[in-house]
Amino acid sequence: MATSSSRSCLQYLLHLAHDNLDFRLPEIRSLLGLRAKPFHPSENFNEQSPFWCLNSLSEEDVRSVMARSVCSKSAFELWGHGHTHSELRTSLLNYPSEKMSPYMHKESTYKIDICSFNKTLLFADRIKKIDALEYLPFEGAVSLTSPQHTFCLLEDYGTDPNNIPEHPNYIYFGRWIADGQRELIQSFSVKNRHFIGNTSMNAGLSFIMANHAKVKENDLVFDPFVGTGSLLVACSHFGAYVCGTDIDYNTIHGKGRSSRKNQKWRGPDENIRANLRQYGTEKMYVDVMVSDASKPVWRNAALFDAIITDPPYGIRESTRKTGSNKDITKPPDGTYTESHVPVSQVYHLSDIFSDLLNFSAHHLLMGGRLVYWLPVYRPEYSDEMIPGHPCLRQISNCEQALSSHTSRRLITMEKIKEPEELDGFTHLSDPRSSPYQGHNTFREKYFSGQNKRSSKEDARSAVDGK
Amino acid sequence: MKLLTHNMLTSHVKGVTKGYPLLIKATEVKVNEVDFNPQFVSRMIPKLEWSALVQAADQLGHRQDLPGDLVPDYEKNEDFLKKVHRVLLEVEVLEGCLQCPESGREFPISRGIPNMLLNEDEV
Repeated sequence: MATSSSRSCLQYLLHLAHDNLDFRLPEIRSLLGLRAKPFHPSENFNEQSPFWCLNSLSEEDVRSVMARSVCSKSAFELWGHGHTHSELRTSLLNYPSEKMSPYMHKESTYKIDICSFNKTLLFADRIKKIDALEYLPFEGAVSLTSPQHTFCLLEDYGTDPNNIPEHPNYIYFGRWIADGQRELIQSFSVKNRHFIGNTSMNAGLSFIMANHAKVKENDLVFDPFVGTGSLLVACSHFGAYVCGTDIDYNTIHGKGRSSRKNQKWRGPDENIRANLRQYGTEKMYVDVMVSDASKPVWRNAALFDAIITDPPYGIRESTRKTGSNKDITKPPDGTYTESHVPVSQVYHLSDIFSDLLNFSAHHLLMGGRLVYWLPVYRPEYSDEMIPGHPCLRQISNCEQALSSHTSRRLITMEKIKEPEELDGFTHLSDPRSSPYQGHNTFREKYFSGQNKRSSKEDARSAVDGK
Repeated sequence: MKLLTHNMLTSHVKGVTKGYPLLIKATEVKVNEVDFNPQFVSRMIPKLEWSALVQAADQLGHRQDLPGDLVPDYEKNEDFLKKVHRVLLEVEVLEGCLQCPESGREFPISRGIPNMLLNEDEV
């Protein structure tokens, strides 16, 4: 059997959650990268499968990935696997007994779980499957409530819910090591968060972004479109010090209308700092400021370990920057009162992204990462449209569909060289940023597709024309 | 606004060439206790403009005995790191303003949050 060749080194099995499929591989790769470990899947690796076998790792590596991963459910030390139960048996009996015995001796307690993907097993069937493992030399006592060691039989019934096979396509057996961080999705849910806005990022994706950015303890992380600080909440949970800016005075100060149903105005202590306090990470709060991302206020130095942000696309939050194209009439005495609100103008998406990349090239530490969302009009999308920069290397590009014709893509880039004088300007001649040029083109396309009638009429006239 | 932030900020008023460091005119300063983290402080020190930090702490009357020059081997000097920690993360300007040293333009700080927006005729 092919399985026995790589037995000299332990294999680990990751059980991944079956959502955000695009985001899983970059997350696991990034988290392994934090420990300078490679991603070495075994043969027959299938990214779409919820089960991944990984080589060349230690148990410590796996534990540290599980301590961060929001895409993983659990991880196991893989003892055996096969297409059928008899293949599994052969595989398990080939597993060196000296690697099993520390977990199976007389004084130990254990339990065996059954986990099936794409099929719900009856209780009686589960018991039968556990009983069928009697060939394993367990000597300890069963404890269902507080076992020292937990084992799991995992059955994969494919990914097509309309065509579930009678027998599993593949079976794994292993010793449970650790669970991932799925529970953060509930415990950090924006439903229970003190201060939110219309476009607060959901908890799961915020943690995924922090993982893609390789945010780690004692990092300094910056969000130039901070809003209500959802991304800072996630980064601070992973031990990073956080700061952010936003052009919207009311959001930064937690004033104005509430985004919650049944609540008209924001309360007195609704702000980003209070959000961090809610999750016990106020000590990681550095500062937030009212500032325009198109006019950076940071001195020219590599200050940040990661820049992680969700820029406005002009759909639910408008894209604004300060300045005006009109003739400006200054107040007669040349000064503005404190309540003066500067005139703002549209901030073209192409400028938002080229400013963001340029800013990152200058202000990220070498090896630091930029993680941001790029809105995409799907019928016209191609990978070449992703904005590029000579100092930033693209690491990953993951799609989240928003509608039939639009999506957003989570782009991760890593700084690979210090900017030179010319580097800042190369992007301007780069035709790749052209889809985002012009006055709010994405917004126009986003809303164009909602007018289904016109596209139907187009289709009809095309048919008529035949 | 903490002095860590102040140390990283510069004036972005159009035409200004020497906009660093911003002067601090504080009317209300508070010292908030923050957990001491020697690793983070050690990581930040190489990124700091030391003289600007000392000057800012001085302006707020919170310099205490922070030395004018960075001490060698600071990673192992917990006493020194604690002083830096206090100045970087615990001293906060709640009310006042930041002033561009060249143009004199003032940026208000209210409830601890600087407003760095320029007006339409300044960008």
